[in-house]
Amino acid sequence: MMLAAQQFPRLLAGLTPGATMSFANHTLIHGSMDVPEFQPATGQHPLILEIERAGVRGYGGSSFPTATKIAAVAAQKAQPLVVINAMEGESLSDKDMLLMRHLPHLVLDGAIAIAIAIGSDRVLVAFDGAAGGLRRAVERAISERPELGTRGFPRIVAAPLAGGYLAGQETALVAALNGKAAKPTLTPPYPFERGVNRRPTLISNGETFAQIALIVRHGATWFQGLGSARAPGTRLVTVSGAVARARVVEVAGGTTVRRLLDASGGMTESLQGLLLGGYAGSWLPPEAIDLPLDHESLGQRGVSLGPGIVFALGASACPVAEVAAVTEWLRHESAGQCGVCVNGLGAISDALLELRGDGDRSGAYGQIERWCGLVTGRGACALPDGAASFVTSAMRTFKAKFEDHARRGHCDACLEPRVLPLGDKPVRPRQQARKLVAA
Amino acid sequence: MSQPLRLDPIACTGHGLCAELFPERIWLDDWGYPVIEAGELTPELDEHARRAEASCPALALRLQRDR
Repeated sequence: MMLAAQQFPRLLAGLTPGATMSFANHTLIHGSMDVPEFQPATGQHPLILEIERAGVRGYGGSSFPTATKIAAVAAQKAQPLVVINAMEGESLSDKDMLLMRHLPHLVLDGAIAIAIAIGSDRVLVAFDGAAGGLRRAVERAISERPELGTRGFPRIVAAPLAGGYLAGQETALVAALNGKAAKPTLTPPYPFERGVNRRPTLISNGETFAQIALIVRHGATWFQGLGSARAPGTRLVTVSGAVARARVVEVAGGTTVRRLLDASGGMTESLQGLLLGGYAGSWLPPEAIDLPLDHESLGQRGVSLGPGIVFALGASACPVAEVAAVTEWLRHESAGQCGVCVNGLGAISDALLELRGDGDRSGAYGQIERWCGLVTGRGACALPDGAASFVTSAMRTFKAKFEDHARRGHCDACLEPRVLPLGDKPVRPRQQARKLVAA
Repeated sequence: MSQPLRLDPIACTGHGLCAELFPERIWLDDWGYPVIEAGELTPELDEHARRAEASCPALALRLQRDR
């Protein structure tokens, strides 16, 4: 069965829970892949132009135009390397794990195609070595592809690494792959100039490569056949929180949060607020449920889906306690290198935790917003910026609750168990995947 | 706006000498770490910027020469 003209789902076609798709089945579903050879003299490879025409933005969180990133690597003099970034340090994201565990050949296809297009002889697959079943799935997938390493094809190397919130941050990932501590480094130089083994390095998210695998086969026009003009194609979103079934869904671009919540079995209680984009993302009030999820519409409100994350906070949870717990966790996930992160994030975290104490906390509370402004843009990486966005958007969205805590201390819900995960994943493997009708 | 002064926030340990020597463009945050204001440097300010750069014990402050 070949993937028909506008069949849906695309990425998750043929997904079988609990099983890793074999290369044979993968080829049956998607067909084989044909990538024109790398021509050093002719400038841009047709595949890069096709990705540009498709309008692909990276699915790892930054939403940066993928073709621009690939072209920047291709423009360097030295032979480049390709890295599949499946570290997925965001607690609320589970899609790359799903792809690598169940559909690894789609991701490998995209990386192989890009390696050929930019003349790279090696692809590194970076993933959390401690994640259950992941290493076996990746290594088995690599062993199923006899063409790799033969003339014209790159070698693919599994790189199981230590996980963590910052593990997928590009410069930290480069450092880890170079055998150093997995901590962000000062930029420039950026990985596209000098990355793994000091070579120009293209690092892209697992889903981005999976999307490229489909563009190689079907082209940009096909890619845009689903989704909206502002959000072409489909994407994976991890939906969790007060929904009946937390899961990874594939949706047509430009869909709404409402449809995502419906596809996850609906709300289990009334909606108090939405977190888009994860712990570097933003909180929005329940009214945002009908906002189209595309880069521009979200950008106008200063938010983004990040790596494809929607978390629904139910009415029974305390946003103040949740935000305080996550901020404290982020503070400990910080590499601890920059004064602004160690001190600034520390001060913000302490002030938030104090809101769970007794009595009047308004002194420290009054500083949080200013401190969030003060840490933004000043670290070597964007961890403080992300944390500041997470905290300030919560303080805006749940203003009354924050002010109430500042005046009177903790509420009853503060004493309940937290609902936002700290490092562990919200989706149980059994319920991991589910298709959603194209919106 | 261009930013002729660049700080390496990893190398910076918050000695604060830069803010002493170049208060026109550098101030210290609540924890004693420098915040650098953006903006072109006039020839007059350039001299202060050079001194601030040279004084940093952590070599964390760099004045872009190829402006």
